[in-house]
Amino acid sequence: MNRIRHPKDFVAGLLFIGFGIGAIAIGSNYALGTAARMGPGYFPRILGILLIVLGSVLALRALRLNGPQLPGWPWKPTVIVLASVAVFGVLLNYIGIVLSTIFLIVAASAASHEFRFRESLVSGILLSALAVGVFVVGLKLQLPIWPAGF
Amino acid sequence: MELLNHLALGFGVATQGINLLYALVGVMLGTLIGVLPGIGPVATIAMLLPTTYALQPVSALIMLAGIYYGAQYGGSTTSILLNMPGETSSAVTCLDGHQMARKGQAGAALATAALGSFFAGTVATVMVATVAIPLSELALKFGPAEYFSLMILGLIGAVVLAHGSVLKAISMIVFGLLLGIVGTDVNSGAARFAFGVPELTDGLGVVSVAMGLFGFAEIISNLESTEKRELVTAKVRGLWLTKEQFRKAWPASLRGTALGSILGLLPGGGAMLSSFASYALEKKVAKNPDEFGKGAIQGVAGPESANNAGAQTSFIPLLTLGIPENAVMALMVGAMTIHNIQPGPQVMTSNPGLFWGLIASMWVGNLMLVVLNLPMIGIWIKLLKVPYRLLYPAILLFCGIGVYSINNTNFDVSQTAAFGLLGVIFMKLECEPAPLLLGFVLGPMMEENLRRAMLLSRGDATVFFTRPLSLVMLILAALLLLLIIAPAFRRTRQQAFQEEE
Repeated sequence: MNRIRHPKDFVAGLLFIGFGIGAIAIGSNYALGTAARMGPGYFPRILGILLIVLGSVLALRALRLNGPQLPGWPWKPTVIVLASVAVFGVLLNYIGIVLSTIFLIVAASAASHEFRFRESLVSGILLSALAVGVFVVGLKLQLPIWPAGF
Repeated sequence: MELLNHLALGFGVATQGINLLYALVGVMLGTLIGVLPGIGPVATIAMLLPTTYALQPVSALIMLAGIYYGAQYGGSTTSILLNMPGETSSAVTCLDGHQMARKGQAGAALATAALGSFFAGTVATVMVATVAIPLSELALKFGPAEYFSLMILGLIGAVVLAHGSVLKAISMIVFGLLLGIVGTDVNSGAARFAFGVPELTDGLGVVSVAMGLFGFAEIISNLESTEKRELVTAKVRGLWLTKEQFRKAWPASLRGTALGSILGLLPGGGAMLSSFASYALEKKVAKNPDEFGKGAIQGVAGPESANNAGAQTSFIPLLTLGIPENAVMALMVGAMTIHNIQPGPQVMTSNPGLFWGLIASMWVGNLMLVVLNLPMIGIWIKLLKVPYRLLYPAILLFCGIGVYSINNTNFDVSQTAAFGLLGVIFMKLECEPAPLLLGFVLGPMMEENLRRAMLLSRGDATVFFTRPLSLVMLILAALLLLLIIAPAFRRTRQQAFQEEE
C-alpha cells in the first residue's frame, strides 16, 4: 500500500473506471448504429470510454502525487439516516403520514450524538401535526393520513 | 421602449397577489436556509420542487428563484453576527463583517450588506432584462452543432466551480451525463440502464439526485463532526451607516455589482465565485489594504453586492440559452420541465408572462428582502438556537415527503437514499457533486444535439470545427481548460520538488 500516495484520488479513479466498465458492459447489447445514425448505445459507449480514461489517469496519478489518507467512514449516521428515510417511504403507504412521521423523527434522531428519546418523540408528534397541516391541508398532496382502514 | 413594455408586463405578473405571496415565501425560506448552516439552496430547492406541482408555473419559478437570492441575504447575517457563513458565498463576508460586529458596528455591517445586495439586485434585474432579448435571438440561430459546443463550453466552465481537482470534476461531469441518459431513449424507444425496473424507464429524478447528493450527504457529514456550534450573539443597534462609512462603501458596492453581474453570466459562475473575486478586487484597489480583515467596510459591501448580482445574472444563460451554469440552475431546469416548459430561447416568445414575470419578481423579491430582513434579524438568531439534533430530522422529513409526492411512490424515496450514499462516498473522496448534477441535467440534451449534428453532417465530426460559432465556443472551452490546468501543473511540480529535497 506504500505505493499509493494519494489514496483518495486512487479510490476515486477506480470508482470512475468501475462506472465506465459498468456502462460499457450493461450497454453492450444496445445498438451502436453509425456516427451518422447513432443508436441508443453510441453516446453511452463514448461516455464509458471517457470515464475509464479519466479514472485511469486519476488512479495512476495517485501513485505519484501525495495526498491525505482515506478518512474514516461515518457508519452510524449513514446507515441510520438513509435507512430511516427509506423505511419512511415504505411506511407512508401503509400507516399514513402521522405515524410514519413520528417513526422517521425518532429513528433519524438516533443518529445524533445527543439523542434523547423523549425529546425526539415530542418533536415527532409536533412535526406530524405540522406535516398534515402543510402538506395535506395546505398543499393538498394526496397522502394517507392514518393507516388504511381507519 | 420595448424594454419598458416588457418590464411593465413582467411587473404586472409579478405583482399579482398570488405571485407576491410566493415571492415572499421564497425569499423568506431562502433567508431561513441562508441563516441555517448545513442546508444550502440546492437541497432546499430540491425539497420544495415537488410541492410546486399544484402551482402555476410562474408562481413556482418565482418562489424557487427567491430561495436562491434570498439565501444570499440570509448568509450574510450569520457571517456578520456569528462569524459563521450560512452559505459558502458569504464566507468572505465573515472576514471583515464579523470584525465590524466585534467593534460594535454590527448594525452598519448588516445595513451595508442589505443595501449593497439590494442595489446589486436592482442592477442585475435590469441587466437580465436587457441582455435577454439579444442573447435569445443569437440562440435561435444555433444549430445542433452550436448547441453541443455550447454545452461543452458550459460544462468545462463549470469545472471552475468545483474546488479541487479538475480531473475529478470532469470525471463527475461524465458520470453525470451517463446518469442523465438512464431511461427510455427518445429516438429508438430502447430502455437504457433501467435494469428492468419500470420506474427507471422514466429516468432518474433530478430531485432525487440533487437531494441525495447535496442534502442527505451534507446532513450525514454534519452528524459525523462532534464539535458543537457556539453562539455568540452580538448586540445589534443602529442599523444605519455614518457618512464616512457610506462614502467608503458605495464605490465598493458598485464594483462588486459590476464584477458579480459579469461573473454570474459565465458558465460556472454565480454567487460564490463572484463574492470571492470581489473581495480580492477590493483588497487590491483599497488605499489601506491593511484594514482588510480588521473590519473594512469595503470587504462587506463589495462581496455582498457581488454575490447577489452573480446569483441573479446566472439566470441569464438558463433563460436565454436553456443552459444551466450551476447546480441551482440545473434544478431550475428540472422545475421548468416539471411544468412542461422546455428551457431555451423560445420561452421568451412562447411564455412572455412567465419570462418577464420571473425577471420582475427578482426586483420585487429584493425589495421585500431589504424591507423585511433587517427587522427580522432577531427571529433568525432565535432560530439558530434550535439545536441541530432537532433540526436535521425535520429536514429529512420535509425531504422525504417532498420526494415521495413526486410520483406518490416510495421508489423515489429509496432512490434518493441511494444517492445519499453515493453523496457520502463522493464527499469522502473529495469529489464535488455540482458538476455531476450539471452533467445529469445536460445529458439528454447533449446526446440529442450530438445525434442531430452528426445526422446533418452525415457522420462527419469535423462539423463542430467548421461552423464558426461552434469553433469559437470549442476554442474558448480549450482555453479555459488550459487556464485551469496551469496552476494545477505548478502545484504538481511543487510537490515533486518537495519530494526531492
